[in-house]
Amino acid sequence: MSNSSTSDLLKPFKLKTKQQELLIRVSILCLVYILAFITRLFSVLRYESMIHEFDPYFNYRTTLYLTQHGFYDFWNWFDYESWYPLGRIVGGTLYPGLMVTAALIYRLLHFLRFAVHIREVCVLTAPFFASNTTLVAYFFGKEIWDSGAGLVAAILIAVCPGYISRSVAGSYDNEGVAIFALLFTFYLFVKAVNKGSLAWGLASAFGYFYMVSAWGGYVFIINLIPLYVLVLLITGRYSMRLYVAYNCMYILGMLLAMQIRFVGFQHVQSGEHMAAMGVFFLMQVFYFLDWVKHMLSDTKLFQEFLSITVTCAVAAGGIALGVGAASGYISPWTGRFYSLLDPTYAKDHIPIIASVSEHQPTAWSSFMFDFHILLFLFPAGLYFCFKRLSDATIFIVMYGLTSMYFAGVMVRLILVATPAVCLISAIAVSATVKNLTVLLRSKNKVAQIGSTKGTSSAKASSKASLDQSQPFQKNGAMALLFGAFYLLSRYATHCTWVTSEAYSSPSIVLAARGAHGNRVIFDDYREAYFWLRQNTPPDAKVMSWWDYGYQITAMGNRTVIVDNNTWNNTHIATVGRAMSSYEDEAYEIIRSLDVDYVLVVFGGVTGYSSDDINKFLWMVRIGGGVFPVIKEPDYLVNGEYRVDKGAAPKMLNCLMYKLSYYRFGEMMPEYGKPPGYDRARGVEIGNKDIKLEHLEEAFTTSNWIVRIYKVKPPNNRW
Amino acid sequence: MEAPIRAREALGFILFSLLFSICRSSSLNHLLISNAERRIDLSSHIVKVYLTLKVENAGSTPTSEVFLSFPPTQVDHLATVEALVTKGKRKKTTLVRLDVKPTELPDAPNDAKYFAIYLENPLKSGESTTLEVLYLLTHSQEPFPAEIAQSESQLVYYRDSALILSPYHIKQQTTFIKTPSTKVESFTRVEPSNRAGTEIKYGPYEDHPPYSFSPILIHFENNSPFAVVEELVREVEISHWGNLQVTEQYTLVHAGARHKGVFSRVDFQSRPTLNGASSLRYLLARLPPRVHSVYYRDEIGNISSSHLRTDSRKSELEIEPRYPLFGGWKATFVIGYGLPLQDFLFETSDDRRYLNFTFGCPLLETVVDKLTIKVVLPEGSKDPSAVVPFPVEQHLETKYSYLDVVGRTVVVMEKKNLVPTHNSHFQVYYTFKPIFMLAEPLMLASAFFLFFVACVAYLHIDLSIRK
Repeated sequence: MSNSSTSDLLKPFKLKTKQQELLIRVSILCLVYILAFITRLFSVLRYESMIHEFDPYFNYRTTLYLTQHGFYDFWNWFDYESWYPLGRIVGGTLYPGLMVTAALIYRLLHFLRFAVHIREVCVLTAPFFASNTTLVAYFFGKEIWDSGAGLVAAILIAVCPGYISRSVAGSYDNEGVAIFALLFTFYLFVKAVNKGSLAWGLASAFGYFYMVSAWGGYVFIINLIPLYVLVLLITGRYSMRLYVAYNCMYILGMLLAMQIRFVGFQHVQSGEHMAAMGVFFLMQVFYFLDWVKHMLSDTKLFQEFLSITVTCAVAAGGIALGVGAASGYISPWTGRFYSLLDPTYAKDHIPIIASVSEHQPTAWSSFMFDFHILLFLFPAGLYFCFKRLSDATIFIVMYGLTSMYFAGVMVRLILVATPAVCLISAIAVSATVKNLTVLLRSKNKVAQIGSTKGTSSAKASSKASLDQSQPFQKNGAMALLFGAFYLLSRYATHCTWVTSEAYSSPSIVLAARGAHGNRVIFDDYREAYFWLRQNTPPDAKVMSWWDYGYQITAMGNRTVIVDNNTWNNTHIATVGRAMSSYEDEAYEIIRSLDVDYVLVVFGGVTGYSSDDINKFLWMVRIGGGVFPVIKEPDYLVNGEYRVDKGAAPKMLNCLMYKLSYYRFGEMMPEYGKPPGYDRARGVEIGNKDIKLEHLEEAFTTSNWIVRIYKVKPPNNRW
Repeated sequence: MEAPIRAREALGFILFSLLFSICRSSSLNHLLISNAERRIDLSSHIVKVYLTLKVENAGSTPTSEVFLSFPPTQVDHLATVEALVTKGKRKKTTLVRLDVKPTELPDAPNDAKYFAIYLENPLKSGESTTLEVLYLLTHSQEPFPAEIAQSESQLVYYRDSALILSPYHIKQQTTFIKTPSTKVESFTRVEPSNRAGTEIKYGPYEDHPPYSFSPILIHFENNSPFAVVEELVREVEISHWGNLQVTEQYTLVHAGARHKGVFSRVDFQSRPTLNGASSLRYLLARLPPRVHSVYYRDEIGNISSSHLRTDSRKSELEIEPRYPLFGGWKATFVIGYGLPLQDFLFETSDDRRYLNFTFGCPLLETVVDKLTIKVVLPEGSKDPSAVVPFPVEQHLETKYSYLDVVGRTVVVMEKKNLVPTHNSHFQVYYTFKPIFMLAEPLMLASAFFLFFVACVAYLHIDLSIRK
């Protein structure tokens, strides 16, 4: 045979089964790694390499500062360009993990003589970390189930829209690296619990430190892990491994986390971190009891001792907590924490949190949109986890359940749930497919064995007889297998479609379809910001609603009154009050804030709906929350918000209305509609004859999306 | 306004006639100009002056130098001076370019500055020749009023002399001044002078002694945008793999009358001719043919409003700044493009290579206040030297780009006050061994090789302590 000679030749290259398996596994992982990266590049290919949205602009600006001035200047940076006249202590009020990571990558690349711009590094940081997350997902899946589940988990998480939504190229936000850090910390902790080794515990402490430095969501870790430990203690799964892992991770992780200035002493002083400390002490009590039990032979005596010590410990803990809380040493839970536990809390108490669209409770459709088939693979995976309960599967079940609850409370927390959902679904997929293929293969094997060797084992024969009892099993298994592959391929197409359609627009450049099907680009934001940067005095102060603060400082390079770091509610309320007052009242406020330019976003010409008029009620609410002069009913007519002739008189004459619609009445934005027809709201505006007294139009972008007004100096008194 | 001008005029006359008597004895006076015609073109913000001089040698010794003189205020704005001479008989005339160099003369009256034109053949006694001189002035039109509102048109002052300032006696001279439109607010009258349409004629004036000067002031409408590039850095990077990468960083400013008060988009969009007549809406850049991967961006990202038209002769890039530039408004941006190397890089007979590239700014009708050209030679090139047709400041730098170890030599050339006529070619010579081209691919290959070796080694070595 001619084949034999070639096969002889190839013999030295022929791999053993184990090596083949390794090769396939490594190449799948490499492909998944690349896939996770390139699927996030839609926005770069379609638009350009640019930073998206709002917060990433602040991160980009600080990263730029870090690379230009070095770490110490960055750490001690007092930013007088934001929150004028208060300023902001940047080093002490941010999570530096993202910026330091990007700056390190930048340094490394420059050390290797890759002369890239820091912007490219920032744009590609999130996809890079998404790729790394797939690797972590593989190892995590391997740890809790097997390497097959790990591979499936890596593939699922690589394209899952819930994660892609926050990690496309250009979305340079904390979440980009934080999800990697979160999953990595969990993986290391589970590994530490499984191994009971100090080294893994130490590694998980460092993982936790990285997470703390990267994102405020670390609170989830520091509450989930104690909860998990508590559940293990209650279910009687206490072990020395758990003791070593938790104590090492908690103590070292806490000490490391204190190095982040924004976190500081919160680990010992804030109510959100007390659960971890309580569990830590409980752990010591358990260890002590275990030791006593070991020493005492009498079980009855031990039972009595147990009840006394547990009561004492709980009482001591309760008293300590009570005293700490009463004396003010332990701060109570913050509003954000409450709003997580109780979805209605923010609406009633903190309008500034409720005003952000990504803090709204999640709709069912967005679960379907972000998870697709994972939504029903998740319960199946839970079933498999419960079937094969171990320390690791308990962890992933708890992670999945708690994060799903939080995902239901807030849209943006779908992101936190995504890794858990992917892992648990991966278990379902892997276990199902494995069972089915085992079924298919074993039948053949049985048939083979039966034909070649008469001495088949008892087990095999029993299985064969079982198989014969279900005649369509092979076909059924085949059908199910095809079904599974069909579903997974649907998942892949859905993910790609969602990524390309929903999550890859930079939101700073707007694209629309023109009349002839051509793509029209509205680049008005950058037009306005660049105008500010070039043609206003360098010390000009710009007042706008807080959404645009980060962009104005980063792209316009001008001082802003308020920005997206909403740390001072009163200051924001003052701006809200100025926007919702009559012009002369507003002028007083504007003068007192030393404002030179006022910037508003207006979508009436283009039909861009997320403009300031549509956000205006939130300005009224936030302004009214601090200054009772502003009353929401004044701007509504019978509880209805409108801008046409039937609008409330205060609405028609407030500063925001005037600035948005100034000279809009002369404009014909749409053919066949009267002049002054607002395309975003579909009505003709109610006040076309707007006169400005204290402000003058300084610049309006080509599609009117951004309008900038100059504040005139006060009139001479004579 | 009239009175001070008169006074200055008179003062000028007195001074110059005084000084004239001092320099009478100098060696200049054996030349005289029998006929001079000057045409001043004010239609854009770059003032173009065409001067036709009929020079006669009235002395006894042959001379090969003809001097041009300029008042010190004009010399600062003088971008370029060129001189041509017509050669040959009546029908077959050719124009020959002559050397022009700035010189110093002793006893120059009132700090007048001189340029010497070097004739090809010395002008013998009694002979005459006709010289065509072209010089360009920048920043010589002063907006008045200095600030205008959006709907107003831009008016400017231009100051010059009705008589040609010259170290020689001029027998007869005429000056024509062309304004961009018929709207001329006022002009100084020096009889005989008159205005017809867009042209103002001064002269003919007969027999004026050396250094005659008669200041004039013209106030007229000029709505052409005053596009001035305050600083332009052009970086030309040579890659011997076949590409020439050009990156140009512009700081553009509208140097006309400053914009005052509101900018109204309604008016600007609905009545574009009446509103912002002098605003700068777009610019045209003329790029070499076969240009590829053109980009146009600024610090905050890509600017989507640009159009590229290419044909076999040239490429035209029409760029719009993000916003229309009104007087005093600024914009910074970067244009970059790639060019095929074989169009620009050549080899000399002695195995050296040279780059042949245009010097000036590719934007049409713009003044560049300061231009820096950086020619980045490939890593490993030696003995760079630049040949530029006009004087520039030069020095060398080192730049580190992708995968560079020793860095690339950069030839830096700087020049101030450039106009489009400076778009002539310059050459940078250097030596380069082609073996250096392989350095970077080899480095990458060896890095990957080492990585795989490390992987193999890791898989085969057991590092665990326990057995």
